[in-house]
Amino acid sequence: MFGFRRHAVYRAAAFAGAFTNTIFGVLRAYVLIALWHARPGLAGYDVADAVTFCFLTQAFIGPMQVFGGSLDLAARVRTGDVALDLLRPASLQLWTMADDLGRAAYLVIVRSVPPMLIGAALFGVRTPAHAAGWAVFLTSTALGVVVSFGLRYLLAMATCWIVDDRGLQQMSLVMTTFFSGMMLPLILLPGWFGTLTRALPWAAMVQVPADVYLGKTDVLEALAFQATWAAVLLAAGALVTRSARRKVVIQGG
Amino acid sequence: MIEVDGAGRSFTVTRRKGLLRREREVVHAVSDLSFQIAAGEFVGYLGPNGAGKSTTIKMLTGILAPSAGRIRVAGLDPSRRRTALARHIGVVFGQRTTLWWDLPLKDSFTLIRHLYKVDQVRHRERLAELSDVLELGPFLDKPVRQLSLGQRMRGDIAAALLHDPPVLILDEPTIGLDVVSKAAVREFLRGVNAERGTTVLLTTHDLGDIERLCRRVMLIDHGRLTFDGTLDALRATVPEETSIEDVVTRLYTRTAEPR
Amino acid sequence: MGEALGLARSYVLLAATWVRAAAQYPLSMAMLTIGSFVVTCLDAAAIVVIFVHTETLGGFSLPEVMFLYGTAGVSFALADMLFGNVDKLGQHVRAGTFDTMLIRPVSPFVQMAVDRFAFQRVGRVLQAAIVLAVALARLHVPWQRAWMIPVMVLCGIVLFTAMWTLGGALQFLLTEAPEIANAFTYGGGQLTQYPLSVYGGELVRAVTFIVPLAFVNWQPALYVLDRPDPFGLPYWLRFAGPVAAVTLACAAGWAWRAGLRRYRSTGS
Repeated sequence: MFGFRRHAVYRAAAFAGAFTNTIFGVLRAYVLIALWHARPGLAGYDVADAVTFCFLTQAFIGPMQVFGGSLDLAARVRTGDVALDLLRPASLQLWTMADDLGRAAYLVIVRSVPPMLIGAALFGVRTPAHAAGWAVFLTSTALGVVVSFGLRYLLAMATCWIVDDRGLQQMSLVMTTFFSGMMLPLILLPGWFGTLTRALPWAAMVQVPADVYLGKTDVLEALAFQATWAAVLLAAGALVTRSARRKVVIQGG
Repeated sequence: MIEVDGAGRSFTVTRRKGLLRREREVVHAVSDLSFQIAAGEFVGYLGPNGAGKSTTIKMLTGILAPSAGRIRVAGLDPSRRRTALARHIGVVFGQRTTLWWDLPLKDSFTLIRHLYKVDQVRHRERLAELSDVLELGPFLDKPVRQLSLGQRMRGDIAAALLHDPPVLILDEPTIGLDVVSKAAVREFLRGVNAERGTTVLLTTHDLGDIERLCRRVMLIDHGRLTFDGTLDALRATVPEETSIEDVVTRLYTRTAEPR
Repeated sequence: MGEALGLARSYVLLAATWVRAAAQYPLSMAMLTIGSFVVTCLDAAAIVVIFVHTETLGGFSLPEVMFLYGTAGVSFALADMLFGNVDKLGQHVRAGTFDTMLIRPVSPFVQMAVDRFAFQRVGRVLQAAIVLAVALARLHVPWQRAWMIPVMVLCGIVLFTAMWTLGGALQFLLTEAPEIANAFTYGGGQLTQYPLSVYGGELVRAVTFIVPLAFVNWQPALYVLDRPDPFGLPYWLRFAGPVAAVTLACAAGWAWRAGLRRYRSTGS
C-alpha cells in the first residue's frame, strides 16, 4: 500500500512537473519570440529556432535535473548511511550513475515529451531532418545527463566534508540555471563572457544538446566537448569517492 | 468531561473497477458509539488495528467531524469549536511527533507557548515543573530529530501539557519505547492524573499500560464499543483465564469472527 | 478585525521564534540571504542581456521593463516569504503534520504559512526593490501618477497570496500533485516579469479576466507609465487592481474553507 502510494506520488509529481515545464515553456517562448521579432536572425537563430530552443530547455529540466534535484545519495551522505554504501564491493559511483540514468530515461518520457508536443502544437517547433539527426541528438542528451550526474555526484559527496550544504546547493543552482543556457540561450551572451560560458561544463547540459538538435553546431565537436567534460567530472568523482572511503575507513564513519 | 452519544463516522470509498467503472461504497469506521468519561478518570481505549480507535480520537479532538451523533469534550462540540477546544485538551500522537523536527526542543516549546498564548511567567514555571519531572534538562537544546524515541516522547508529552489542559488524550504513547522509558512515561501519566486531576484517555496495544494505569477499559471493534467497564469486570468475563493478555486476545478474536 | 489582528500577532511571534532559531547559525543565514539575492539577480540579468540586443521589448524600454519587473518582484517575493509555504499542504497531509496543526488553537493557514519561516528570502525582496529603485530613478514618474505604485505593490501581494492559497486549497483535492500549483504561482511570477504585450492576446485576456494576474503590475503600470493599452482594453481597468485583489482573495478564502471542510469529513 505504502509502495503504491509512493509510486503514485512519484507519478503525480512527474505529471505536475511536465505541466509546470510546459507553462514556463510557453511564457519564455513568447519573450524569445518578441526578441527575435525585434532582431530577426539574431545570433544565427530564426524565430522557429528560438522557440524550439525554449521548449528544449524545458524538456531538459527533468532528465538533467537542471534545478539541482539532488541524488538520493545526498540524503545518505547527510545521515551518514553512505558509510555502508562505500564499504560495499560495487563501485558507489557507477551504481549511483546507473540509477540516475534509469531515472533520466523515465523522465524523458514523462517530462520531456509533453512540453515538446505542446510547444509544437502551439508555436510549431523544428525537428531534426533525418533519423541520423535524432540518433546524434539522443547521444548528446545522454552525454548531457552524464555531465549533469557528474556535477551532482561531486556536490553530494562534498557533503562528506562540509556540514551545511545548503549554500553549496544554492550556488550550484545559480551556476546550472544560468550557465547551462536554461535562462537564455548562451549564444546571446556577449564577448569573452559568452565564449567562457560556452566552454564550461554546464553548457554540455542544455546549450550543446539543443544546438545539436537544431543542427547549429559541428556534431563531432559537440559530442567531443560533452564527452571530455563527462570524463573529467567522472574522474574527479572517482577521486573524491576514494578519499571519502579512506575517510570512512580511518574514522569509522 | 467527555460525552459521546451515538457518534458515527462513515466514509465513502471509491474503488476502481476496471478502467472506467468505479464503485462507491460506504464504510462505517465508527458507528453508534456512546460513552461518558467523568473528570479525573483514567481510561484505556483498546482495539485491534483498524477498529476505529484513531477515528474516535480524531473526532474527540475536532480533526474529523462526526457524520452522526453528538460529542462534547470539556463542554464543547469539537467539530464546531475546534480552536476553542484546543486550549482545553492536550493531544499526543505516539506514531508522529507534534514537535518541530529541526528545532531544538526548547524552541518547539516556545512555538507552542505562542500558539496557545500562554504568558511567559506561567510558561516558564510550567516548563520548569515538567522538565523536572520528565527529566528534559539534558536535551532541551538538542534538535528534535536527534532525540531518542523515549526522549522525544517525553518532549511530546510535555508539549501537550504546557498549557495545562484538563483533558489529555494520548494515541499509543508507549509505542516502540524501551522498558525504562515506558516505566517513566507511565509513572508520569499516573502522577498527572492523581495529582492534577487531569482526565486521561489513552489508546494502546500495550496491556501493561492498561494494567498499571487504567481503572476503566473500553474495547472497540469493527467501529462498535464491545466492552466498557473496570479491568476487574473485563477479567471476570472469562473467569478461568489468568493473564489480561489472554482475556483481550479472546475478546479480539471473538468479536473478529464474521457476524 | 480583532481576530485578524490576533492572527497577525500569532504570525509575528511564531516567525520571530523561527528567525531566532536560525540566527544561531549567523554564517549560514547570511550565506542563504546572499544566495537568494544572487539567484533572483539571474532573472534581472536575463532582461539586461535581452536589452543588449534590442532597444525595446514588446514596445517597452529597459527602464520600463525594469519597473514592471521590480513591482511584480517585490510583491511576489513578499507574498512568497510570508505565505508561500501554504503550497506545502500536500506534504503536510501526507506526513500527518496537518493533523497536528488542527489540534492547535490557531488557524492551520497561519501555522502552515509561518512553518519554517525563512527570513533569508528577504534577499529576493531586496533585489526586486533595488531593480525598482533603479527603474524609478531613470523613469521620472510624475507625482500625480506615482501614488499608484504602493497601491499596485500591495494589490500584488494580495493577488499572489491568493494564488498560493488557491494552490494550497487545490491540494485538499489532489494531495498527490502539489507541483501543479507551482505552474500558477511561480508561473505568475514569471509572467509578470515582462510586459504582457509580448504574450498572445488570448493569454492576456485570460490573465485579465480569469486569473487576474494582469492587475499585479501590467494594468496599473500602464497608468503609471501613461501608455495606451496595446490590446485596447478599457481605460478603467487600470484602477481595478484593488477590486481584482479583493475578489481573488475572497475566492481563495472560500476555496480554502471548502477544502478544509472536505478534509475534516474525509480525514484524508
